[in-house]
Order: sequence, then C-alpha cells, then structure tokens
Amino acid sequence: MKNPFDLLDRVLEHRLRLQIMSVLVANDSYDFNSLKELMNVTDGNLATHIKALEKEKYISVSKSFVDRKPKTKYKVTEKGRTAFKKHIDALELLIKQQGK
Amino acid sequence: MKDITEYEKDLSSIRNMMERSVKFISLSGISGVMAGIYALIGATTAYFTIHYPVSPLNYRTYSVNERTILIKLSIIAIIVLTASIGTALWFSQRKAKKHKVSLWNTTSKRLLQSVITPLVTGGLLIIILLANGHYGVAAPASLIFYGLALIQAGQYTYDEIRYLGFCEIVIGLIAAALPGFGLIFWALGFGVLHVIYGSVMHYRYDK
Repeated sequence: MKNPFDLLDRVLEHRLRLQIMSVLVANDSYDFNSLKELMNVTDGNLATHIKALEKEKYISVSKSFVDRKPKTKYKVTEKGRTAFKKHIDALELLIKQQGK
Repeated sequence: MKDITEYEKDLSSIRNMMERSVKFISLSGISGVMAGIYALIGATTAYFTIHYPVSPLNYRTYSVNERTILIKLSIIAIIVLTASIGTALWFSQRKAKKHKVSLWNTTSKRLLQSVITPLVTGGLLIIILLANGHYGVAAPASLIFYGLALIQAGQYTYDEIRYLGFCEIVIGLIAAALPGFGLIFWALGFGVLHVIYGSVMHYRYDK
C-alpha cells in the first residue's frame, strides 16, 4: 500500500500556505489586506508565502487601482484547487489510519 | 515529518479560515435584543397614536387614513429603524475590535450586498403602495421582505439568522391573511422575535 505521507503536497505542508489556500478555495477572490487582517500575520510573512504559491501556479494575481490605491487580488487556479483537495484527502487519510 | 496532531491542527485551521473568510461574525446578540425592545416601544407608541382609547379588539372599526396619523407613524418607524441600525453598528464595532478585525471588511461588504436588494425593493414597494392608499400592506410586506433579506444574509453570517428569516416570513403571511392586526404582528415579528433571537445568539456566541 502507498504511504499516505507521500501523497502530501510539500508546498502545502506549511500551515500559513494551507490557510491562504483555504480562504481562496472558499471565496471567489480575496485581497492582500483582507488576507493579512484575517490571518493576523505581517506583510512580509504573508508576501513570502503568497510568492511560493504563485511560483507553483496554485494562485493567480491581479493588480488594480481603487481610488488610486493599489489593490492586489488573489484567486485560486484549477491546479491549486486540485492540489489543495489532494492534500486534504491525504491529511484525512493519515488521521484515519492513525485512529485505527 | 510532522506529528499526527500537527496534521489535525492543519485540518481544523483550514475549517476555521474558510468559515471566517466567508462569514461576518461581528454581529452582536445584544444589538438584536435592543432592536426588539425599540420595536416594542415603537409599536406601543404607534398603538396609542392610532387607537387610544379604543381597545385592540376594535381594530377594524376604523382604519388609519388620516394624513397626520400616517406621518406620525412614519416618524416612529424611522426612529425605530435608525436607533436599531445605530445600536447594531455600535455593538458590532465593539465586537470587531475584540476580534481584532475591522468592521468594514470583505465579509461585512458581502453581507450588506446580499441584504440590500430585498430590503430596498421591499421598502420602495411599501412606499409606493402607501402612497396609493394601501395601508394594510405595510406590516406584512415589511415582515416578508425583511425575512427574505435575512435568509440571504445566512450565507454571509451566522446560519441561525435564516430561522429568524423564516419566522418573519411566516408572521408576515399570517399578517397578510388577517388584515387589521398589522401592528400586533409587526410587534411580534420585529419586537418579540428579535428579543428571542438576540438572547439566543448572545448566549451561544458572545458569552
């Protein structure tokens, strides 16, 4: 049998990244400042992990100006949604096996 | 490799994030109770404006059609509405501060967007019908449209608000079937139900 640990997504092992993904999966889109407030993290910390997810093409970025202030919005991509679902399935499997 | 409890924490943090990113949780139960009390005071004042000293059982003996009474009733309604919204904002602001989030955020914007259509539609409909002399629709229509707005709101705040919405609609429909008792049903829907709902929510989430 395949080891469920192998099914885990290395990129999503970090909890903050997982949280970012969960917000984007539950919502059409979310902007940087709302994410920051929701997760109670610093700009730098959030930006680092968003970069990592962007690099994997798990999320897409769109920049616009609202009242001359820059607004950065994030969306989850299809690739990201699939990866997220797989990762959650693996987590569930791990916990279930442990319970036996 | 992480410990298994770490994975459990991962899962619960996902659930928590999804919930909090979608739902506006700064609504306070106390503001519901206060809104109910304002509505009851308003309904009592309205009752004395219209019927005094006639007993409530004689409701149908004459209807509300004098302009001065209508204006007085509208003023009462506006005061009740303003006081309720003001109180709700004040308590929500406090609760938001406690949760360290801002009152005006993604979730509250969505909540507002979801309720604005049924509320504005209902409000305009009532104003139009009142202007045409259909005074009887004010109570049932306001209850029904408010109920519809609350059911919409259930997507973006606590689920329980839907039950309040369904109750408002049922009371609104009964009010429509029994013309002449509008004020009683209005007091029941906006007063008593708000007090009950607000207390339940306060004990469930704010304690």
